[in-house]
Amino acid sequence: MCTGIVETAEVSGSGKGPQGWFKLEQVNVSYDHPSDAQLAHALNIDFVNPKEGPGARVAVELNPASARKLVDAILTALSRGEASTKQPTLSTVR
Amino acid sequence: MDPARGRRGFFKPCKLQALAMHQYTTDMYEGMVAETVMLQGYGGDFINAYFARPLGPGPFPGVVVIHHMPGWGELYREMTRKFAHHGYLALSPNIYYRFCHGSPEDVAAKVRGSGGVADDSVIGDAEGSLRLLKSLPISNKKVGVFGTCSSGRQAFLAACRLKGFDAAVDCWGGRIVLSKEELTPNQPVSPIEYTKDLSCPLLGLFGEEDQNPTPQHVQLLEHELKKYGKMYEFHMYPKAGHGFFYYDRPAYRQEAAVDGWKKLFVFFEKYLRAPS
Repeated sequence: MCTGIVETAEVSGSGKGPQGWFKLEQVNVSYDHPSDAQLAHALNIDFVNPKEGPGARVAVELNPASARKLVDAILTALSRGEASTKQPTLSTVR
Repeated sequence: MDPARGRRGFFKPCKLQALAMHQYTTDMYEGMVAETVMLQGYGGDFINAYFARPLGPGPFPGVVVIHHMPGWGELYREMTRKFAHHGYLALSPNIYYRFCHGSPEDVAAKVRGSGGVADDSVIGDAEGSLRLLKSLPISNKKVGVFGTCSSGRQAFLAACRLKGFDAAVDCWGGRIVLSKEELTPNQPVSPIEYTKDLSCPLLGLFGEEDQNPTPQHVQLLEHELKKYGKMYEFHMYPKAGHGFFYYDRPAYRQEAAVDGWKKLFVFFEKYLRAPS
């Protein structure tokens, strides 16, 4: 079925589409029929910039297990990255 | 000179008459035109549509081919031409026209991210398509409506909310049975509530393994159809789920698809081509 399940968030960053890099403004995360992945339903992520038209889109379609791995990988990388780039406090310098 | 041809090389009118019966034989003239046209849809807006029609004098029955959620793309172009090949004036309105233009996939993603297309908008576009088809001199003034998945639901809705369709085909239309919690501003009424208003015979093709509509959803709809004395014909295919016509998807089920198309054309022939 077409679930109509979609979650939307404002994001800031850059994405690379068919026309090159563009500013990202929004991400749409849906659980619905994919366009290409050979699945009945997929976790679809569209990074978009609505101001630049529908072609300003970076799309991925993942099976649920892959989507969960992606979530874990993002959280792990974020956690490690933020820890490694944390500004040293006065006490740790001493 | 080829005895089947007239003086100018075209097949004789008797052959064209045979074309109208769509029983093609190898000695018969055959042709179709498929092109983008404009029509007036919901709110008086002009939208584009893909129109495929057989060549010949007709009169031909018509079909409004409502595209599914994944977009106004190649699959629906093919289906529209398939109807024309079988002798129908087939018109597929671009129900996403108002959102934006781009590749069908990108437009569908935009619509998905925007919460989908409103039921009222689709009904208005279906009404405009119906009006256009019936106005054509080559029309036999009978028009059906067809859809799969989200558009199977919309085909059912159109057959309930509009007067003028002569037959409707709902292929695995989900979300016809909605709880109050599932209603949205775009889909404010559960379509099953409109069953009493169904204005034409309905053919339903479903898969036993579908998650929406489940066989229980189909039973609920069937119960309502019986309650209101509506004409319907439902087929539930074993070992098939959602989208078993889609030959490019893992859901494709060859046996069910072949049988489903046959049943669909028998149904449309009965209600759209046979004299009243």
